[in-house]
Amino acid sequence: MSTYAQKKGFGATIWDYMTTVDHKKIAILYLIAGGIFFILGGLEAMFIRIQLAVPDNNFVSAGLYNEILTMHGTTMIFLAAMPLLFAFMNAIMPLQIGARDVAFPFLNSLGFWLFFFGGLFLNLSWFLGGAPDAGWTSYASLSLDSAGHGIDFYALGLQISGAGTLIGGINFLVTIINMRAPGMTYMRMPLFTWSTFVASALILFAFPPLTIGLFFMIFDRMFGSNFFDPAMGGNTVLWEHLFWIFGHPEVYILILPAFGIFSEIFATFSRKRLFGYSSMVFATVLIGFLGFMVWAHHMFTTGMGPIANAIFAVATMAIAVPTGIKIFNWLFTMWGGSIKFTTPMLWAVAFIPSFVAGGVTGVMLATAAADYQYHDSYFVVAHFHYVIVGGVVFALLAGTHFYWPKMFGTMLNEFLGKITFWLFLIGFHLTFFIQHFLGLMGMPRRIFTFLPDQGLETGNLISTVGAVLMAVAVIVLLINIVITSVKNERVGNDPWEDGRTLEWSIPSPPPFYNFKQLPLVRGLDAYWLEKVEGKKGMTPAEPLGDIHMPNNSILPVVMSLGLFIAAFGAMYRTEHAWGLPVLIGGMLITLLAMFARSVKDDHGFHIHKEDLENDDDKGGKA
Amino acid sequence: MQAEEKFTYETWPASPEKATLEAKNKFLGFWLFLGGETVLFASLFATYLALKDKVPNAEQALAKDLFELPLVFVMTMLLLTSSLTSVYAMYHMKNYDFKKMQLWLGITVLLGLSFLGFEIYEFNHYVHEFHHTFSSSAFGSAFYTLVGFHGAHVALGLLWITTLMVRNAKRGLSLYNAPKFYLASLYWHFIDVVWVFIFTVVYLMGMVG
Repeated sequence: MSTYAQKKGFGATIWDYMTTVDHKKIAILYLIAGGIFFILGGLEAMFIRIQLAVPDNNFVSAGLYNEILTMHGTTMIFLAAMPLLFAFMNAIMPLQIGARDVAFPFLNSLGFWLFFFGGLFLNLSWFLGGAPDAGWTSYASLSLDSAGHGIDFYALGLQISGAGTLIGGINFLVTIINMRAPGMTYMRMPLFTWSTFVASALILFAFPPLTIGLFFMIFDRMFGSNFFDPAMGGNTVLWEHLFWIFGHPEVYILILPAFGIFSEIFATFSRKRLFGYSSMVFATVLIGFLGFMVWAHHMFTTGMGPIANAIFAVATMAIAVPTGIKIFNWLFTMWGGSIKFTTPMLWAVAFIPSFVAGGVTGVMLATAAADYQYHDSYFVVAHFHYVIVGGVVFALLAGTHFYWPKMFGTMLNEFLGKITFWLFLIGFHLTFFIQHFLGLMGMPRRIFTFLPDQGLETGNLISTVGAVLMAVAVIVLLINIVITSVKNERVGNDPWEDGRTLEWSIPSPPPFYNFKQLPLVRGLDAYWLEKVEGKKGMTPAEPLGDIHMPNNSILPVVMSLGLFIAAFGAMYRTEHAWGLPVLIGGMLITLLAMFARSVKDDHGFHIHKEDLENDDDKGGKA
Repeated sequence: MQAEEKFTYETWPASPEKATLEAKNKFLGFWLFLGGETVLFASLFATYLALKDKVPNAEQALAKDLFELPLVFVMTMLLLTSSLTSVYAMYHMKNYDFKKMQLWLGITVLLGLSFLGFEIYEFNHYVHEFHHTFSSSAFGSAFYTLVGFHGAHVALGLLWITTLMVRNAKRGLSLYNAPKFYLASLYWHFIDVVWVFIFTVVYLMGMVG
């Protein structure tokens, strides 16, 4: 069964990745797919900024502009940011808790393929009659009147990929609760694991409302129901509630793992224990909890009344408290540390002022009375790009440099990394800082062009120049990845030399069973503790023995493909005779694959002790 | 403990649904999944309450015109009893009595099937007697989606339990399939609990207001 150590052809490698249940390979799949969608979303952003560079521009038409801005937001949130975070969660979290894999390797693969086929389906809209054009929030009053199939692609595509995310969330929760190595208590878990844990809990409770909202949208547009149609007794605000009950926790699903990545980086490169570890854990959990109490601050202007607005305003401002705790803890982690300004550390240091700026405008927006002025203006655009780019994207880029050696066994070039950093940082602030003022001067968001002589020209041009810098920065990163992969200089267990947590105690990349013997965890920063005592690696917690591993399977691809096919059937059901059979056929494919999974026993296989003993170059000491 | 190991009544563990690491993972993962399902149904209930009796014109039937408690009472009793029989099945599973477990699961499936039959009759009745359909009003959409989602869960649960019964008919209990039986029965209880809420929120509250 074990096919490692064999040279494989290209086709065999593709097949291997399609059937893999190894969390490290699935992480690479998430990284590649998320990276491609990130570039797609970035291209869409560039089209937006080119169109808005000068007044009265006709680079794209108004209708196409709506499609581009909708797809930019949808792609970046659902298909780029979340999958890229899932890439790091998959690659690093099981290693950080000393596990050999996630709790449900098969479901891990299913989660990826659902996300992938959902994202593919959504993006096929460009070639099949037009993309969705009602904004990433897809408010029902706009989306029900949208002609063509764009919104159908949105609702069906997100439904499929959302199922994948939910499965991933449950998987990470069970992994963290059940699979920790001996001695890895909850309060010894690295912060990235903690934030993965809380973000997964948010996924578990936030995605079902989106699922329901999307079902209503699908039913209303394709199956004749009337949830959002006021003429038939429906209510269009219903969508807004369901969407934001999901949508607000969603921003914490994005930012908490980003906080986790930065917490690891601050501690590693300040070469100090993370300041206020337990208060960091507390703040993470509190943010996760409060994240469910604030959804209606997106809806201050819908007319909920002063009492509801006041409650949601206060709840929103309360989140500034645990976030502030985190900011101070990061600052105090650096205080007195012997800091190394590596590329990941540069991102981390730049993250603090950038994210705080976004947090401050967040409190401004939370003031319900003032929000009536800011609402739907570029001020809001500036705010959420400051928190999502300045928080999440910075963390993704930092994480890419930080974890690249662990995932691929070779270091990204530090010089090119720093060029990426400076270009992106300058470009980012150039693009979005000025947008606060454009918004305050009255420029509405989602507008496809503006008139000359209204004082908006300079600001928009500066914004576009900044966007070009960010694009160049991403190109430098891609060049860096190519150069690094071609050179392929292998590195050891702990390439940053200051690794604190378990993932740095095993080879880069780790063998497919991760730990030859499960490590014994004796405290927070388990690997650092051993290093301080002069040991080379972890103390094993078990004798060398057989390791049980799961079998590969193609069924996740088949299940996801079935839903992908069924989605086409659902969409074309009313206009083509083949729609209904395709819908039923696709569902049957998925159901039969689930049936096959259920009735066919899958006991996995064992790596034998003797093979492990002969496998000395892999697995390290522990 | 190995999943493939053969057992006798004496050696069978007290909690076979949690005896191996795979089983522990499944057990916890399924509880979490049910947590997500709870939010799913909560969203459907909230929508139903928001759209209850929201119809475009006065000719359309409202909740108080539609429902008849005797029929719903029979359905409720069928489903509640099926939950009880699935508990009996799990009792025998824990005692390593495969035949009795299969018998009680079989009764559970029959009760579930008759519940579904009544539900189909009920929907048919509303459509033909009251012209209360999925598309006739927001009330109709919300009603059929909430109750229909529950019905679809019942159907899937029946398919699941039947598949397990047929697949394992000839090979008895092991630590590999015991957790599967246990989770299917957990799912069945969840469906039952959701019905209790549907009975209260949709039918009882529909009759009084």
